[in-house]
Amino acid sequence: MTALLTLPVLGPLVAAALCLVFRRLNVQRAISFASLTVAAGCAVAVFVNVWGDGEVRVARMGGWPGSFAITFVADRLSAVMLLVALAAVTLVLIYAIGQRAPDERSSFYHPVYMVMSAGIAQALLAGDLFNLFVAFEILLMASYVLLTLEGTNEQIRAGTTYVVLNILESLVLLVAIGLVFAATGTVNMAELPERLAELPDGVRTSLHLFLLIAFGIKAAVFPLFFWLPDSYPTAPSSVSAVFAGLLTKIGVYCMIRTQTLLFPGEASDLIVVVGILTMVIGIIGAVSHQNMKRILSFHIISQIGYMVFGLGIGGEAAIAATVFFLVHQIPVKTSLFLVEGIVSRDQGSSSLKEVSGLARRSPWLAVLFLLPALSLAGLPPFPGFLAKFSLVRAGLDAEHYVGVAIAITVSLFTLVSMVKIWVAAFWGEAKPSSVGQPDAVATVGLLRHHRLMATSTAVMVVGIVMLAVVAGPFFQFVTDAALQLLDPASYVSAVRSS
Amino acid sequence: MSLSLLVLVGVLFAVGTYLLMERSLTRVALGVGVLGNGANLLIVVAGSDSGQAPIVGRPDQLTDPLPQALVLTAIVIGFALLSFVLALAWRNWTITENDGVEDDFEDRSLVSRKEGTAKPGDAPHHEDVAR
Amino acid sequence: MNFRPSAILDELVDRWLSKVAVLVAVYVTFRGHNAPGGGFAGGLVVGGVFVLQFLTGREPHIRHRPIRRPTLLLGFGLLVALVTTVIPLVVDASPLESHIWKLNVPFIGEVKVVSSMFFDLGVFFVVVAVVLMVLLSLGARGESLVGDDGVGAS
Repeated sequence: MTALLTLPVLGPLVAAALCLVFRRLNVQRAISFASLTVAAGCAVAVFVNVWGDGEVRVARMGGWPGSFAITFVADRLSAVMLLVALAAVTLVLIYAIGQRAPDERSSFYHPVYMVMSAGIAQALLAGDLFNLFVAFEILLMASYVLLTLEGTNEQIRAGTTYVVLNILESLVLLVAIGLVFAATGTVNMAELPERLAELPDGVRTSLHLFLLIAFGIKAAVFPLFFWLPDSYPTAPSSVSAVFAGLLTKIGVYCMIRTQTLLFPGEASDLIVVVGILTMVIGIIGAVSHQNMKRILSFHIISQIGYMVFGLGIGGEAAIAATVFFLVHQIPVKTSLFLVEGIVSRDQGSSSLKEVSGLARRSPWLAVLFLLPALSLAGLPPFPGFLAKFSLVRAGLDAEHYVGVAIAITVSLFTLVSMVKIWVAAFWGEAKPSSVGQPDAVATVGLLRHHRLMATSTAVMVVGIVMLAVVAGPFFQFVTDAALQLLDPASYVSAVRSS
Repeated sequence: MSLSLLVLVGVLFAVGTYLLMERSLTRVALGVGVLGNGANLLIVVAGSDSGQAPIVGRPDQLTDPLPQALVLTAIVIGFALLSFVLALAWRNWTITENDGVEDDFEDRSLVSRKEGTAKPGDAPHHEDVAR
Repeated sequence: MNFRPSAILDELVDRWLSKVAVLVAVYVTFRGHNAPGGGFAGGLVVGGVFVLQFLTGREPHIRHRPIRRPTLLLGFGLLVALVTTVIPLVVDASPLESHIWKLNVPFIGEVKVVSSMFFDLGVFFVVVAVVLMVLLSLGARGESLVGDDGVGAS
């Protein structure tokens, strides 16, 4: 088990080192792909194990006992997140290789991407707060480099906002961890619940808010979201897809941990309000913008709002819906950004004013866009519907009628803005591709030009559809995960006794 | 825990926050450095009582080594962040000959509601456009 | 930025200080297991020498040293450190766990070798490489941002 839990982190790191040594492009690609496959394989094994009996798996580093060691912990939530995250990272790597752009321009793309994958895996497995901080730094540092890899004017401008805001987030998190340590004398997540409960109310609330602000910046919740729609669109699609699909979701994951393990159910009213405002502000931005990448970036924010809303409601049903939403959002958001990448590669632009008629040019690309878009808007029979439906039902049970009404309205507007993209980009006159011959308009060969990119996007979309097919058992798993989350004692005793 | 060190932490945070609000990237970089030092000092001050350096073989009255280990890690990370911001500022300066952080063009144009033709922000990332 | 070589500093740093510093760095690195020190500190000492050389106007000097590709050194150091992390997994121990061998070397006596020494050596190389990369990319005359191999410059 130790190997299974540590290889998702160590594998990509070894690959990063190898990619620094070997600079031949194909060698780098092979190394990256191999190591991510190994890591994803380990994630599958961990998931299958945890699915079986739901026991919390623990790995300790360096042979140190108990709370002295760096601890990796996988419960149901970590296991499923690890699996989905590593699968997404691997598919995006294939896409990037197909795009042939980021790694041909810089020999640093692969090492940095590997480091980011390791950071993502570590953040999901971290068993103590400081380890979580280090994981955040690893993945953030890599994301800074990926975002500004070419150093163009636009990238530097947007990257500056991103970097400074995230450094602020890191500092808030560091201070929070320092204060938690000062108050309790530990940073181990299995020891914290007990010791935090002994603290006076005022101290506990301030520590809680510190952690929420830090993770809130990362998750881009209202009022800390403004850096996101500015910076994500400036990166190449293969990079912004990972950012959109994973980085904010890790912030949400940490918020779930904080709300269930460390401070169970506290400040939930605040979180509900923040969630609702995040939904609203995100959708307003999405409706007002005209560029596909920008629209999708604002959708990230509004969807984060749903998860935060569900987290605030609390209780088994709402947490289960939140986890379902979280898992479902990763492939949906990633694949939408990947489709956007194919569109702008083919058309030379992703502005809705300049792109049109894609459905005629390539029906399959239209399908690749339509399925995740409808799932994002929450239409049956897609998994997004199930996520939103269970969230709404949990909200109604908890008598958050205003929140539920807003959630449904926002969902309608999500559909509206998806339809906006669809009408503008996929209907209408077909325009010639900016790649290949001008008379290629009539042919349906768009995907043939971008075979690897299309394949990896298609695999991800198939994954979304599969999620709808296995929705029954998966929803059972998610409910079990929520039960496990709502019972911090089981986490604590599992980590202590192992 | 010493009061003067706590006051120093407060001063560092105040100075760092002030610098971070500036438009000039060099000052932002300085702010990042100062804030980082403030955070590290806070952990050392708040995290442990004073005592002997925690080295194996020393007599009693050792200070708690864990906050020091945390801070050591945080210092290295802070150093990396600071150097990255400096690199960013330097790059920004070589491109624009200007140390400031610029506004987001797309946001500005949305605010002023100018229905123009293609805006710089609309341009896709050039790597997404096939060559 | 073009520093004029300063004769005295140049002489002092290049002829004397660098050799002494390397000795100090080796000492600091290897005593790290029983007393304060280790690969990080040792790497910083060597890095300090490079910085001093740079300040005396010896920047081209670094450029033509055998270590012309610090990324290679970085990758090598990282690899050494990571391999020592992973190897315990193969022998069914937990990652980063260290093993102590006690050897009896003739004429010297008992020598204690700790497997985490290799981890420290890896860190040493990483630190030296990072200092070199910073000097070559940020310290060089605006030639490239990301190292010595020309990518990223425009």
